[in-house]
Amino acid sequence: MLQLLLAGTAQGCVYALVALGFVLIYKATETVNFAQGDLMMLGAFFAFTASVALGWPYWATIVFALAVMAVVGMAVERIVLRPVLGYPQFTVVMITIGVGYVMRGIVTMVPGWGTDTYQIRTPFADEVWKLGGLVVPVQQAAVIVMTMALCAVLYLFFSRTRIGIAMQATSQNQLAAYYMGIPVRRVNNLIWGISAAVAAFAGILLAPVTFVHSNMGFIGLKAFPAAVVGGFGSVPGAVVGGLIIGLVEALAGFYLPEGWKDIAAYVVVLAVLLVKPSGIFGETIRKKV
Amino acid sequence: MRFIFKTSYEQDIRLFKHGGQVFWYALLALLLVSAPWWTSEYVMSQLQFILIYAIVGFGLMMLVGFTGQISLGHAAFLAVGAYTEALMQAAGVPFVVSISCSALFAGVVGIIVGLPALRLKGIYLAIATIAFNVIIEEIVTRWDSLTGGNSGKHLKAIDLFGWKMESDGQFFAVCLVLAVLACLACVNLLRSPTGRAFVAIRDSEISASCMGVNLAWYKTLAFAFSAALTGVAGALYAHKVSFISPEQFTLLVSIELVTIVILGGVGFLHGAVLGSAFLIVLPQLISIAKDYLPAGLAPSGLQAVVFGSVLVAFIIFEPLGLYGRWLKVRTWFELFPFYRRGMFRRQRTYTKSERLR
Repeated sequence: MLQLLLAGTAQGCVYALVALGFVLIYKATETVNFAQGDLMMLGAFFAFTASVALGWPYWATIVFALAVMAVVGMAVERIVLRPVLGYPQFTVVMITIGVGYVMRGIVTMVPGWGTDTYQIRTPFADEVWKLGGLVVPVQQAAVIVMTMALCAVLYLFFSRTRIGIAMQATSQNQLAAYYMGIPVRRVNNLIWGISAAVAAFAGILLAPVTFVHSNMGFIGLKAFPAAVVGGFGSVPGAVVGGLIIGLVEALAGFYLPEGWKDIAAYVVVLAVLLVKPSGIFGETIRKKV
Repeated sequence: MRFIFKTSYEQDIRLFKHGGQVFWYALLALLLVSAPWWTSEYVMSQLQFILIYAIVGFGLMMLVGFTGQISLGHAAFLAVGAYTEALMQAAGVPFVVSISCSALFAGVVGIIVGLPALRLKGIYLAIATIAFNVIIEEIVTRWDSLTGGNSGKHLKAIDLFGWKMESDGQFFAVCLVLAVLACLACVNLLRSPTGRAFVAIRDSEISASCMGVNLAWYKTLAFAFSAALTGVAGALYAHKVSFISPEQFTLLVSIELVTIVILGGVGFLHGAVLGSAFLIVLPQLISIAKDYLPAGLAPSGLQAVVFGSVLVAFIIFEPLGLYGRWLKVRTWFELFPFYRRGMFRRQRTYTKSERLR
């Protein structure tokens, strides 16, 4: 039972990381990035190139993938999303879907990447700690610890730093943020960079579990429920939502008949949407005309 | 430039605005009806697909383009229509009854999916429809005894009052009749109070409810109507491909269906047809282009790249879609030296949070 919870938590942490990417972009630009999963996939591929083809150590791989993806994220924002700044939400959503398609296509066209499945070497591949009757794969422990650390950093960033608060202001009212002298475009650009880097991190953590292939981005679809359950605009919410989805999946896979595991996340999200659409940590909506 | 001086309400709501429209639509009808006699079998097959997707396009256009509700789960309705048709045909139900049941059943599922729409908006609604799509896909996969699971279901040719629709031309005729009926249904709905209520909801929910539009009723109606049309298209699709399995109704298909609306032009019924034609023709063009590329440079990902870039390019450069482009060209000719670039410009609105207001 504890074993099951542990596996669910580790899986949930990865969902939480992808959901964090959604939440960051949503917080700053009030749009949802459907290409988040594909950014994650791209990050994992860069990490794969660095670690296997170039033979770099694990930490260098992480730094490299994060840096490259931050640049990619900023480039996507600058080229594709800035022209539609200020257009309706749905327009931007469709654009990110298009970007996701392009990324998936490009990955299959790059020589050495293609449509095959790869593996990334990690320093803690197969080691196992024994705590009483509980078997803790170091892999899972590392995923949980790293997620927690990243979340703490992001939380502090948003609530303590000047630029973090500027991002919150942009999210709440773009025009007012302009008036207050916040460089809205640069803020958006930065947030895309950060979000893509977070996605790359998620990709690296996920790589030992699902391996690296061009369709691994579809796990992003599982992260939607995570983001919604936690409340779309809340960093702690994304983490809690991710954990809930991960645990529900693990439990559904064990106790319910086959097939439930795949849809458990979506059943949960529908229930949450019907009962409390703003999510567990969502702010209350008071609509004025 | 043609000015229509409207003197009565009947003139305002009539189907054809002027004689020119009568002429061009008649010509189009003539071309389509005679198509089986002058096109090749391959073109015929593509035309059937275009008509089937156009029916989905009409349904989605009513929902996305006119009522302003987002759905990324229309493949689920397509699946419901297709499987209803497959099961009813296997049970020996006549085509007219089974396709009506497809529409009805998809419509009922549409009402169920539409229920969250009463509380949800924008992105949350999109996610709810995604969730429904995944759940229905999974149900179809797992309910072996009914749907055949992953091994799928086979369909026979349509049997209309003992008249077997085996040739391409006959099936094309069925598609054409249903597409025209769907189109007429949409046009009629749009010029009725119901259609105006839809548009009012799209433009501003608050104003609409202040004007006495019952939001719950009309949103549910929009979902039901849209789903029913998609169900009809699903039944035709099932006959067209004659073999259906769960992987034909995934989330990616839903996204493709939404791109019909985006590429064609949100808010124009013509756009549904143009968008579906574009969606069908694009892969053909890509596969032709592949022959001219060197072998190493023509990989499987090309289609995704082109599809994605076309989608992005359309939204950035031509947000009104193909039909919007046509409108611009037409206006340019009508106004000849006086056309200005800003005539169709979209107003930018600065986003405000939907969370804090």
